[in-house]
Amino acid sequence: MTNPALGRLAKATPPGLAHRLRGLSDRTIAWIFVAPTIFLLLAINIFPLIWTIRLSFTNFRVNRPNEAVKWVGLQNYSRILNDADIWATMTNTAHFLFWTLFFQILIGFALAWLINRKFKGNDLWTTIIVLPMMLSPAVVGNFWTFLYQPQIGLFNYAVAFVTGADPASFSMIADVRLAPWALIIVDTWMWTPFVMLICLAGLRSIPESIYEAAECDRASPWRQFWTLTIPMVLPFLMLAVLFRGIENFKMFDLVVQLTGGGPGDTTLLTSINLKREAFEKWRTGYASAYAVILFVTIYGLASIYVKALNRVKQR
Amino acid sequence: MRTKLVLTAAAAALMTAGAAKAEDLTLCWAAWDPANALVELSKDFEAQSGNKMHFEFVPWPNFADRMLNELNSGGKLCDLMIGDSQWIGGAAENGQYLKLNDFFDANGIKMDDFIPATVTGYAEWPKNTPNYWALPAFGDVVGWTYRKDWFSRPEIQKEFKEKYGRDLGVPANLDELTQIAQFFQGREIDGKKVYGAAIYTERGSEGITMGVTNWLYNYGFEYQNPEKPYDLQGFVNSPDAAKGLEAYKVLYDTATPPGASDWYMSQDIDAYKSGQVALQMNFAFIWPGVNTDPNVGGDKTGYFANPPGPKGHFAQLGGQGISVVANSDHQEAALAYIKWFAQPEVQKKWWAMGGYSALRAVVEDPGFATSQPYAQTFLDSMAIVKDFWAEPSYASLLQAMQKRVHDYVVAGNGTAQEALDGLVKDWTEVFQDEGKL
Repeated sequence: MTNPALGRLAKATPPGLAHRLRGLSDRTIAWIFVAPTIFLLLAINIFPLIWTIRLSFTNFRVNRPNEAVKWVGLQNYSRILNDADIWATMTNTAHFLFWTLFFQILIGFALAWLINRKFKGNDLWTTIIVLPMMLSPAVVGNFWTFLYQPQIGLFNYAVAFVTGADPASFSMIADVRLAPWALIIVDTWMWTPFVMLICLAGLRSIPESIYEAAECDRASPWRQFWTLTIPMVLPFLMLAVLFRGIENFKMFDLVVQLTGGGPGDTTLLTSINLKREAFEKWRTGYASAYAVILFVTIYGLASIYVKALNRVKQR
Repeated sequence: MRTKLVLTAAAAALMTAGAAKAEDLTLCWAAWDPANALVELSKDFEAQSGNKMHFEFVPWPNFADRMLNELNSGGKLCDLMIGDSQWIGGAAENGQYLKLNDFFDANGIKMDDFIPATVTGYAEWPKNTPNYWALPAFGDVVGWTYRKDWFSRPEIQKEFKEKYGRDLGVPANLDELTQIAQFFQGREIDGKKVYGAAIYTERGSEGITMGVTNWLYNYGFEYQNPEKPYDLQGFVNSPDAAKGLEAYKVLYDTATPPGASDWYMSQDIDAYKSGQVALQMNFAFIWPGVNTDPNVGGDKTGYFANPPGPKGHFAQLGGQGISVVANSDHQEAALAYIKWFAQPEVQKKWWAMGGYSALRAVVEDPGFATSQPYAQTFLDSMAIVKDFWAEPSYASLLQAMQKRVHDYVVAGNGTAQEALDGLVKDWTEVFQDEGKL
């Protein structure tokens, strides 16, 4: 039986197009639609990746167009993996990554837990809390530089007010012991709201009826939290860790604004180091090998993590 | 050969400038006060030539990144480039700048007419050979400003004399400078706590290197064996050089404002103009702005060249030359701009507007030294300049020095000798990679 609406649609289709498409299979039409996307993916992602891998085995420098490019085999990889400075930046990155994730998950979940309660001004507080993540990292880096200023910075004054120390007696971004924590504080301030929003979505997805059933079974609030809330929010928390982990592994702008990688190399993260190798020293082949190593690291870790995430979701 | 043809054609075209077609020219430089002066100055060129000038100015911290990207990618944004002195080696060897010898010869532009240090620093590659890739455009050098009004207060003078047994004035050497800065550190002046000196400590680009070299040079640091190029051992890391690095750290630790761990030109200016510090290390380009500043300008500020140390008297060279970008589609018009800019009357106006001319006819004019309060200091400073490497691999050399020096001076890791030994190791690796060792 013919659908009258489909019939009207068929009549409205220009005869030329209908004629042209008539001989094509569904599979061909699907390919026609998908082809531009695949082409873009190949041009923008896959080709540069293959090209980077190729360059990583050479001594190519993009600023020396007149020099012959030599095949150096695994020399770039060997130099990177044996370079103590590179390992130091990896350590800095791991430290930054671990503590930012730790604090953001902890505080983000706590805030989501509080915001999830029904209270007056709930929406207003949610808006205020998410404000930092709406700012540009460059702006945040800039104004935290002022907040950390020992002579006029509000942060130093706040610490001085609490501890009684002289505000000018310490500098968050000049002291090798404090500078890594200065970055962690700013990143936590900026991105905890993001984690909070994901956790809030998780908390609000738990049906009220489950808690009512737990109440009937006389489960204590503590037990409800550990056996209901946490397992049901866990996939959301893991997703937040994945997003923030990937973001912070490639952290650049905030750190450049705040410390420039200093004092010394104390806050030099891998992304900043990679940029310096590629676009300041112009060691393109070496930087390509560095990028490949980072890519494999992130891809490997992310794959393991996503598998774990899927397992948790299936439970 | 192709370049020669272009230049000959350009020279011929210049002779018939009146009939030349108007073109759009883009000049690339750093975003700073002299650039604004150049915009004003260039209006005369526009009026005379009929060409339209456009400007691409990038703030200093990103200037090298942005412009070297432009040159390396073969971009056509810039027709004229006022590039940093350290770029000259790379730009010349990689064919990014036009060689200007034939153009200079055809138009009667003589390098002998410019301050010799600026010719070597901004125009020549290889150094000390008559191969010119730029016209000295803006002479600059690290020097000092000080609070003359504070120095002249009787109670401060009295206290200083009691403490150090000499009059408070322009320091005769680097040790005296450190003592003066220490004297002012934490002092209360007009009810406000002030500090000794604003110096260069910036980590990300070139800041701390541009600062610390003013100490290193004067304590005996050499970039290489003068008899044997790229021989670094014992020259870069001599015991005297290590003493110079230690002395800079003493100044940083004892006489700079709290939190001054990542300061370069703009932070030093801010600290000085806001009355935080008694002394300021900075490039000479800021002096016209200081002189007219309502808070610290006029008689309140004095200027002096970087003082000598135990092993010499030098100051870090800044400044730039103006080059024609080899990839430009408007080379003739760009060369016409350089010809116009090289004229003595234009250079005189350039100085009057706040640009530091490197033309000897301007700076050797009898009235020059008294034309501005800082003019004599500029002349004194330009006579003692020394520059960082201008090798094609200068960026790798610079980054290594930034890291080693910042790690010792600001982060306080290791000793000065270890920092310089590490620097020799890094630089040796760079030169080995370059095939120069």
